[in-house]
Amino acid sequence: MSEPGGGTRRTPFLFAVTTLAAGVLAAYHAPFALFFHESASMNTPARGSLLGIEHLDTKEIEGLLKLARRMNPQKPRPLLRGKRVVLLFYEASTRTRTSFEFAAKALGATTTLVQSSGSSIEKGESVIDTGYTLRAAGADCIVIRHPSAGAPHLMATHLDIPIVNAGDGMHEHPSQALLDAVTILKHKRSFKGLQAAIIGDIFHSRVARSACHLLTRFGVKITLCGPPEFVPEVAATLVPGLRVTRHIEDALRGTDVVMLLRVQKERLAGQKIRVQDYIARYQMTAARLKLAKRDAIVMHPGPIIRGLELTAEVADGLQSVIVDEVHNGVPTRMAILARALGKAR
Amino acid sequence: MLTVKGHRGENTSLLIKGGHLIDPAAKIDAPMDLLLRDGRVSEVAPPNKLRGSSDEKFDAKGLIVAPGFIDLHVHLREPGQAYKETIASGTAAAAAGGFTTVCTMPNTQPVVDTAEWVSWLRQPERGAVVNVFPIAAATRGSKGGTLTDFAALQRAGAVAVTDDGKPILDDDVMRMALRLGAELNFPVVQHAEDTRVTENCSMHAGPTSFRLGLRAMPASAEATVVDRDVAQAQQVPESRLHVAHLSTADALKAVRRGKRAKARVTCEVTPHHFTLIDESVGEYDTNFKMNPPLRSAADREAILVALADGTVDAIATDHAPHARHEKAVEFERAAFGITGLETALALAITRLHRDHRIGLMRIVELFTSGPAHVFDLGGRGSLARGSFADVTVFDPKKRWTFEAAKSRSASHNTPFDGWQLTGKVVATIVGGKIVYRCE
Repeated sequence: MSEPGGGTRRTPFLFAVTTLAAGVLAAYHAPFALFFHESASMNTPARGSLLGIEHLDTKEIEGLLKLARRMNPQKPRPLLRGKRVVLLFYEASTRTRTSFEFAAKALGATTTLVQSSGSSIEKGESVIDTGYTLRAAGADCIVIRHPSAGAPHLMATHLDIPIVNAGDGMHEHPSQALLDAVTILKHKRSFKGLQAAIIGDIFHSRVARSACHLLTRFGVKITLCGPPEFVPEVAATLVPGLRVTRHIEDALRGTDVVMLLRVQKERLAGQKIRVQDYIARYQMTAARLKLAKRDAIVMHPGPIIRGLELTAEVADGLQSVIVDEVHNGVPTRMAILARALGKAR
Repeated sequence: MLTVKGHRGENTSLLIKGGHLIDPAAKIDAPMDLLLRDGRVSEVAPPNKLRGSSDEKFDAKGLIVAPGFIDLHVHLREPGQAYKETIASGTAAAAAGGFTTVCTMPNTQPVVDTAEWVSWLRQPERGAVVNVFPIAAATRGSKGGTLTDFAALQRAGAVAVTDDGKPILDDDVMRMALRLGAELNFPVVQHAEDTRVTENCSMHAGPTSFRLGLRAMPASAEATVVDRDVAQAQQVPESRLHVAHLSTADALKAVRRGKRAKARVTCEVTPHHFTLIDESVGEYDTNFKMNPPLRSAADREAILVALADGTVDAIATDHAPHARHEKAVEFERAAFGITGLETALALAITRLHRDHRIGLMRIVELFTSGPAHVFDLGGRGSLARGSFADVTVFDPKKRWTFEAAKSRSASHNTPFDGWQLTGKVVATIVGGKIVYRCE
């Protein structure tokens, strides 16, 4: 049980913030409210928040996928004109940050990027206080990437504006799972009867967790493949419909979707398995790919490391949809932001 | 229900009438009247057999009268962290929870590793309302290197040594601690955790930690240390090993092995470990983050069995208050620990007695004679004639709702806020004086 007394949603501290000074003032006062109103400190996340796939209704997922396919970054729609979207990034990111920013702008929103370096985060401000500050300054929505699992949830339970998880620690990366689903649906007619293999460092991967939650919801059978250090047996307990194998041949046979994950050399360093062993047993090569269905697609959330988890031949091959995934990121995130701000039309 | 003559604190004698006495040490489970005089138990007799006058009477009709509860494991945060708790606020919470004696952990700032600090903790200026028995650090600064002066600490009033929170991992240091403890008949308390494999971990390793994407502590990180400690305790004659907040089935096996071999091995279990499991963490609720972490359902089952069959010696709270800002952060960054003094008895009655049919006699034993035996607290944990007049009176049937905001502790980091519980402390008596009474 969490603190149950959260009946009243935290009210905004300041509505129209016109000057920077007012914003700073609000930011100064906001944190103290936390200490005086104990029961008001924990709330359910605001409508439109996207914290993960796990707790998202199947209908909501379907709605988002449908909306994503209708969004076209080339044809801007001013659905979010006048809205302020903050991109709060505590971790490095290229594609997620860029595509969220393009998505927000394609919908007419104003964006601002806040990163841990060069902001008050460096000075030791807490996640909740940073949230209060951004809210007081007029943010309508916060897109957050954070190295700690659960950080978006923490922010969402303290703020009354939608929070969008752009990747939290090893937990979830819901926008990636959605854009991957959009990508799969572009190449396969439906999820029905599909088999997928996710290969690589699943333990450390938020992408893998979100993908498992999403794809199994639509009946996709998933095989997780990698050494025990990366694919512990417990991984199969995440959702029904998962299976673990140590043999890449076993994972690939008859599969429609091959999803590769980045293998970080620095993580291998602490493990028993050596880079050369990993490459020998799990690298995706053209020869291995032949074991999958002829029309199987190869996916990778990026960044890819050619010569480690896959060969350049596979990355650039006809079956690779890696660039397509990035391309689908913008319309998918347009859908997420439109839904977040109640403009999902 | 309560008729009291005279004023609180002024009496020299107190008659507790009409209650049902449960005193496991004396094997009494019967209606008895109890006369306390000059800080000691003066008489114990069947109803209405006590003659002579008393300054004050306490009507305990329909209530259980038990020896004062003893908590072997609390963090009262002084010296140095009064913003979390003070000895005054912590002992007030203890009194409200029925505890007449608490043993304080030394992981304060500075660490309680000298006789001076042990004495400081026991000074009247601290404002304690129940007995405070310090547990001192086993190594200097709890750094795991050089042993502290056990003899001096013991003379100053420490009841045991530990590096709680920082386990003694070095084999030689642990063996030396057990040896020195054996010479002085001084228990060594171990927080069993192989910190070499739990770095940056914030919960128990299992399906829940995988789902939440949190780095997690395997159950084996506890069991391997308990295994080693029990083996050492068996090798060092007369040594006394006490396993703090035991949380896993495998660690219990090691304790059973030690007990069968007649080694002086004891262990305690917390109310949260017999009540909650790792799944209870929900969506990163930091009030469910503590160390050792909430374990699997199978571990909890094993603990329930061990509580019933006598393997566990004591229920201890590991009361660990933290300020609000230390918990209102990312799960991985949040402080470990929860408060527990005011919910311990109710959780024991609700979970162990009502749900698992463990008798009240056994439950009272786990709060009284059990812990008294672990640290050799002579004259406590029993209401035999001549014992200290520490008494806990409770209503085992009373249903109530725990509200963290009304807690007497300075901190409110509890997972049990809003819980409906059965069993409530009605009065707590320390040295013959009522220090807490339920309104």
